[in-house]
This record gives sequence, C-alpha cells and structure tokens, in this order.
Amino acid sequence: MRLTSIDCLILLLYLVFALGIALSFRSRIKTSVDFLLTGRTFPLWICALAFAGASISAPEVIGLSALGARYGLQAAHFYGIAAIPAMAILGLFLMPLYYGSKARSVPEFLGLRFDHKTRILTACLFALMTVFSSSISLYAIARVVQGLHVFDGLFRSIGRPASEIFLFAIVLSAIIVIVCVIAGGLAGTMYTQVLNFCMFVAGLLPLTLLGLKSIGGWAGLKASLSVPFMHEWKGALHANGNPMSFDIVSLCVGLGLALGAGYWFTNVSVLQPALASTDADAARRVPLIAAIPRMLFPFLVIVPGLMAIALPTPHSVTTVTTNPDGSIVHSIQVVSPEAAQGKGIVPAKIDPATGQPAKTAGGQAQRSYDMAVPNMLLHYFPTGMLGLGFAALLAAFMSGMAGNVAAVNTVFTRDIYQSAIRRGASEEPCLAVARWTTVASVVRSLGGVYAIARFESVLEPLILIASIVNAPLLAAVLLGAFWKRSTGHGAFAGLISGTVAAILHHGLTLSAETHPGIHGGWIRVAHQYPNEITQNVWGAVFAFCLGALVVVVASLATSPRSERELVGMVYSLTPRPEQHRAEWWRRPEALAVAILVGAIAINIFLA
Amino acid sequence: MTLDLRLPIGLMFSLLGIILAAFGLATRGPSPLYERSLGVNANLVWGIVLLVFGQTMFQLGRRTLNQRDKLVPGKSAKGAVVRRKR
Repeated sequence: MRLTSIDCLILLLYLVFALGIALSFRSRIKTSVDFLLTGRTFPLWICALAFAGASISAPEVIGLSALGARYGLQAAHFYGIAAIPAMAILGLFLMPLYYGSKARSVPEFLGLRFDHKTRILTACLFALMTVFSSSISLYAIARVVQGLHVFDGLFRSIGRPASEIFLFAIVLSAIIVIVCVIAGGLAGTMYTQVLNFCMFVAGLLPLTLLGLKSIGGWAGLKASLSVPFMHEWKGALHANGNPMSFDIVSLCVGLGLALGAGYWFTNVSVLQPALASTDADAARRVPLIAAIPRMLFPFLVIVPGLMAIALPTPHSVTTVTTNPDGSIVHSIQVVSPEAAQGKGIVPAKIDPATGQPAKTAGGQAQRSYDMAVPNMLLHYFPTGMLGLGFAALLAAFMSGMAGNVAAVNTVFTRDIYQSAIRRGASEEPCLAVARWTTVASVVRSLGGVYAIARFESVLEPLILIASIVNAPLLAAVLLGAFWKRSTGHGAFAGLISGTVAAILHHGLTLSAETHPGIHGGWIRVAHQYPNEITQNVWGAVFAFCLGALVVVVASLATSPRSERELVGMVYSLTPRPEQHRAEWWRRPEALAVAILVGAIAINIFLA
Repeated sequence: MTLDLRLPIGLMFSLLGIILAAFGLATRGPSPLYERSLGVNANLVWGIVLLVFGQTMFQLGRRTLNQRDKLVPGKSAKGAVVRRKR
C-alpha cells in the first residue's frame, strides 16, 4: 500500500495551510518581544485549543497507543490519573499565580518567587528536557514515514537506497518546524497548534469509528482481548495484579503527581498558550476547557492501539485448488516474517544485524508497538482517507514539536541569555539570538534521534527525561507556590538533589529483559523492575520526594523572604481572583468539578 | 485584531471535504478500494462531515467579519478577499 497522488494532495493542502498561517505572522515580527511573546490579546477558544494542541505530540500518539497495544486499557491512567486532575488543579490554583505574577515562563516565575540562580538552573534543565523531547518527536515521525512508505516511490525513482528514507524524513521534518517557528514566532505557533488540533481529531476519529465497527463495537473488542487488557483498574493496588506492574504508590505519587502534575505544572510549552489569554479569569479557564477534549483522547489514541492487537495476526497461506481439467494450482500468499511473528497487526522488531526477529534478554520476541496506529491507518483507510490520517499524525508531530521549540526560544533568550549571559542586551541581538536558538535546538535534537531508536517505544525515554527534570521541578514549584516559608536556597538545593536522585536511580536499576546501558544499570544493578515504564515512574517518585524533602529541610535552615515581597506568588498571600459577578455555573470552579466528574465517569467506564 | 483563525480553518476543512467527497463520489459503487473500510465509502462520508465542519467555521468567521465591516466602513481588506473567493 502506497500513498497515491490524492493522498499527497491532501497532505500538501494541510502543509500549505499550516505554513501559510505561520507565514502570515512574518511581517508582524519586528522585535524579540513580538517573536517570543504574544501579548495578552488572544480569544479564549484559541488559547484553549492551542493549549490542547501543544500537549498533543507524536510521542503521545505513537507512545500511548503503543502502551495500549502492550499493556491494554491501563494505559488510560496516563489520562485519567495523570492529565485530567492535574489540568483541573492547574486551572484552579496555579494559573492565578502564573498569570498574576506576569512571568512568561516557569523559570521566570521561579526567579521572581525564589532567586536568580534557581531561575538559571530551571531554565537549563528545561531546555535540556525540551530538546530531548524534540528528538523523540523527530524519531516518531520518521518512523511513521518509514512505516507508511511515503517516500519509497520517490527514492526508488532517483535510485537511492530505502535505508536513507529515515534520515531524509528527520531532516525534512526538522526543516518544516524551523520554517514554521522562525516565521510565526510564538503567536504563529499557537495559531498553527489550533489547526493541528482540529486536523488530529479529523484524522483519528474515523479510525476509531471504523475499527470499532469492524471488531463488533466495544463488546466485540472486549471479547477479542484477554480480561486484564480490558480493565483499567483491575488489580491496580498491587504490582503483581496488573500487566503494567503498577502499584498504588507508583500510580498515585509517580504517575499522578510527579509525572502528571510535573508535566502540566512545569512545562513551558503547554503553559504558554494559557498565558496569552486576555485576563486572569480566561487564563484559569484555558486548561479546564482543554481538559474536555482530552478526556476523550483515550478513545482516539489508546483504543486504536488495543484494536491493533485484537485483529488476527497475518500468516502465510497456501491454497491448493484442483481444477475440473485435473490441473492442480498451488497459490501461496506470503507474509513477511516481520508481520507473521507479530501480534495482531503489530509487527515484530527485526534485528538489522541478523534480519531475524529481535529477541529480548529474556528470549521473547520484541515487537514494534510504535507501529500500532500507523498500521491501523494502513489497515482501515482507503486511498484518500489515508492521506488524511497521515496528515493527522503529521499535525500531532508539528504541534508538539513547534510548541517545544517555541518554548526553548523563550526560555533560552529570556531566562538564560538576557538574564545571565548579557544582562540588559538591546532588542536587535535578542531577536537574532531567539531565531538562532530555533535552529540550534532543532539541530541539537537531531543528535538525540539515534539514541531514542534503542528504546522499546518512544514513551520510555520521555518518562525517563520527565523523571529527571519535571519531577524535581514540580517539588520546587509546588512548595514555592503553596508554602510561604520556602526559600531560594532551599529550592536550588531541592532541584539539584532531585535531579541527582533520578539520575542515580537510573544508574542503579534496570528493567527485566534489557541490558545495562542506556536503559539503566550503568553504575551497577541494585534492583530490577518488571518493565522500563515502572522503572522510570519510580525514578520520578524518588526524584520528587527527595527534592521536596530537601526543599523543606534547606528552607527551614535558611531565612525566608518577607511576606510583603511574596504577594502574588504564594497562594495563601494572594488575593482571590474576582468573579465578575458571574453566575455559579460560569465560574471556573464549576467547570473544574464537571471535568472531574467526567473523568471519574470515564474511569468507571474503563474500570 | 489579528487574523480570524476560523476563516483559514474553515477554508482548509471545506477544501479537504470537497476533495474527499469528490473522490468518494468518483469511486462509488462496489469497488475493491473500500474493502479495507468494510464496504463503507469512507471518503464520501467523512468528506461530507469535514465539509460541514469547515463551512460552519467559515460562516461563523465571516459573520463576525461582516459585523466588523459594518462598524468600520471602508476597512475590509480581508473581507474583500473573502467575498471575491466566493
């Protein structure tokens, strides 16, 4: 199955509009402020959809559907426990502080709340994390391009080997992102994120609908998969009771708090759209409104992953027909070993050295779960829709990656260059620095792509880097925002010790069926986890807890700032936002309660 | 006020819808093309859905634009472009 000209036409149309929207902002960018910030003029619906769009990324679509294919509905914890409650709390309690302090990034907020050194450290950690997640995005999209054979025809016609497609896809996607961000700045990026969000839903919704129709609806899906796969909460209290080996601590503290809240409270790329709203009340509503479509994402992302393994595995078939004239015809339909050794339509991983299906350290066949959604597209979408589906994956990739790159621009230029390297630098060089940061961060992330390729799926490295950066950062942000006694020295010490704890944890532990190295255990193997997801979630638990403990102890040992200086940055010292005499059902609190009730309902449905 | 995003989004989805629906119409009838989508002419059905969504967005955006034109006569550079296209 190849992309035909009608698919390419659809793809091209999407790219033209995405680039066109970004380019329409080009003439408006005169200074670095235009480029890095948006001004607070954006309508609520644009901010909310851009917020939702910024958080969709290729790692999420590819990684969470892979997780669904591998461990079943438990993957929905990444929405029900990790995302929705965190978004509600962000809107209710944290957004008034972020918006009210007039900070434009999390490092800037921590600089205002604590001190200069905390700001620089946070900015450096954040830049590192974002560049790494850009690598993951690039890898994911190149994998999809390779898997869907988009450029195979082109490469054959110019006589280049197919092995170069991967590199070509990476470089091409990198160039598109650079053009988009440099032309549009943050405002243009936000506008394209809204478009990308719509495109994502338009491309993946029909996949779920067609898949469910073919498999006999929800009941049919339930019947074709084993019981633990179809229950999100069965045996969730104990590590031995569920396929993903989560227990209640790693689930609530690790996934819910350290990773979920850590991602939503500290990630500049998702927070930026909310900070562009017109007033504090709108800013509080942004994450809450964005949570509504997000509640339905398990059905767009995880359910296709489940359907991919519920389908029958293709096998080579030999049919013998005897014709009336006595002649016997053998027809053999051959399936590649990749597909035949897979599960459902998820192919086996092929070891490039031997050409045979790769085995884990425990001797089990490795599978390319990342290919679950791309293969579902190939399986169900006819020519025409296939182009739309591929454009949706591309949109998810562009959305997340452009948001990341725009966030690195802001953080590097404002929190590192302007505040540490050249204080009070004039406008002219800042715009150049910001633009060069775009190029540099994308080029830097190219280097990480081949490291990502060594992981089982794209989610493991993402959780690993989040446990190293976001989990300790969350400890500093939470204690800074809700405990007025916390001090700058405390936050700085907490950040460093949390980060070191996560790195040490990775060096000392290993998951079953992997070899020491990039998967952990590079110091020595002191403990073995059942899988890499659990390993890294526990890393986040340790990083967050140790970080918080050190912040508390070091804060108590140092002298705090006066309460007068902290107004607007600590929740208990900040005047409550005015409600504009709104009816009760229009207030953000009512919306948050509705979202939580909805999240609980979906959890019960999937339980 | 910057560009009203509903216009380009509406335009893009309308165009996508037209392309898909037209292709769906052209390949109507029993065709091996739709074996994979369970015999459903996915292009036609989803093309119409996208067209409806695109037109809704586009008309909403255009209505706001027209209202603004009435308030500020003579300042309708964007509106003129849009009207010429229709």
